[in-house]
Amino acid sequence: MRKVSVIGVGLTKFGEHWEKSFRELAVEAGARALADARLEGGKIQALFGASMSSGRLVGQEHVGALLVDQLGLTPIPAIRCEAACASGGVAMRAAWFAVASGAYDIVAVGGIEKMTDVSTEDVATALGGAGDQEWELFNGATFPSIYALMARRHMHDYGTTEEQMASVAVKNHANAAKNPYAQYQKEITLEQALKAPLVSSPLKLFDCSPITDGAAVAILAAHEVANIYCEQPIEIAASAQASDTLALASRASLTEMRATKIAAKEAFKQAGLEPKNIDLAEVHDCFTIGEIMAIEDLGFFEKGQGGPATEAGRTALGAEISVNTSGGLKGKGHPVGATGIAQICEIVAQLRGQAGARQLHGAEVGLTHNVGGSGGTAVVHILKKT
Amino acid sequence: MHHSLPLVWRRIPERYNLIGCKCETCGTPYFPDRKICPKCRRKGKLVKQKMPKTGTLYSFTRVHAAPSGFEHESPYWLGIVELGNGVRILSQIVDSPEEKVVIGASVTMVFRRIYADAEEGIIAYGYKFKTI
Repeated sequence: MRKVSVIGVGLTKFGEHWEKSFRELAVEAGARALADARLEGGKIQALFGASMSSGRLVGQEHVGALLVDQLGLTPIPAIRCEAACASGGVAMRAAWFAVASGAYDIVAVGGIEKMTDVSTEDVATALGGAGDQEWELFNGATFPSIYALMARRHMHDYGTTEEQMASVAVKNHANAAKNPYAQYQKEITLEQALKAPLVSSPLKLFDCSPITDGAAVAILAAHEVANIYCEQPIEIAASAQASDTLALASRASLTEMRATKIAAKEAFKQAGLEPKNIDLAEVHDCFTIGEIMAIEDLGFFEKGQGGPATEAGRTALGAEISVNTSGGLKGKGHPVGATGIAQICEIVAQLRGQAGARQLHGAEVGLTHNVGGSGGTAVVHILKKT
Repeated sequence: MHHSLPLVWRRIPERYNLIGCKCETCGTPYFPDRKICPKCRRKGKLVKQKMPKTGTLYSFTRVHAAPSGFEHESPYWLGIVELGNGVRILSQIVDSPEEKVVIGASVTMVFRRIYADAEEGIIAYGYKFKTI
């Protein structure tokens, strides 16, 4: 395997884009990534696209060819990757394989989801497909309720509190307020989060990531050609992935994600690094309990200490480890197929020193953690300055 | 995934009577039914087995934002039940006073209507659990 670098990134603003279509969002992010890489589109040799549920949300499948078509990149091959909310992470890993293997020198990887063209109920049904249709959804489970079951057990086993979960939302909103691409650019208070209406107890509105439109694109290149196009290529030091049962009830533990632990272990081994070497991490906080479990399972904190660590400010911007500097899925928004690539975009911006008001000074190594469903898929990437 | 009769019909043994399976090679029980034992794979031998109908509540939540088909029940309890043989199963928790819905509570299976997909559409039945 040869070394692979990210040479360009591009995002749309995340939010409710009533005036823009699925394809327009994809083209906007793609054009920005190409401009950022200072690359002619003709140099791209293959495209990897990610979308979780375009068929249900906009009635459009065959997304790979659509993206190549609309970006003016025909006839290069295109592949769509789907792994629920981890679609972006899985596409990133597929693109990394394609370059690391020597098959291509330069590829594009893009994620997109257009979620506001249908009703909230239709979005809930589409997202529900990330869980087990026959043994979770059939019985009245929703996506928030699955995470709520994890949260309740985490509270029981480790004493995690609703205040600690709310403190994840408060921190991520504070970071999002500094991110011009974020859906919610305003801070919230702990009291607001705690008084919000219940979605699925103990999870309240501010414990849940929103419905979002958005797209994100990254351009990957073999390390040996990366410097031709880019002054600051960011090296992909590790790419790892693991799977678990689709249904939560089938797992040995409700309070950890085994797929995350295994992918993280493999990623740290590939990169020759340890959790303490990571300066910042974009983790999968689709629900606040998700971030608490992630920072434990990734090895940043002992099991059960994710809640107290967040409450004590140890994961805030510039603290011991900066978690979700972008605002995370909670504050930045969660267009599911785009999320895994948007996490990469944030780490690249931070490592290049281009993160503006939310810049973490001296950032050298960053990690991304992207989860599908309730932990059926986990993808971990480690990026570092070259 | 409503409006599909085969989807409801083919799961009747599991949903009406908690028929899962057990691997005769390693002794592990599974619910729902599986065709391959993840522990033994090709060496495994799965046979049908009825699950115990009682267990304890392992985790729970009260769903306030219900999915389509369940709106009229909102808010409702949902739990993960650990059956007597250690198998865990996700189910609605019904007919139970709020103070009894706690981790560790003893529960037993009841047979209930799960949803009707239209006024004169398919009615799906299956298991729910209640505290005892």
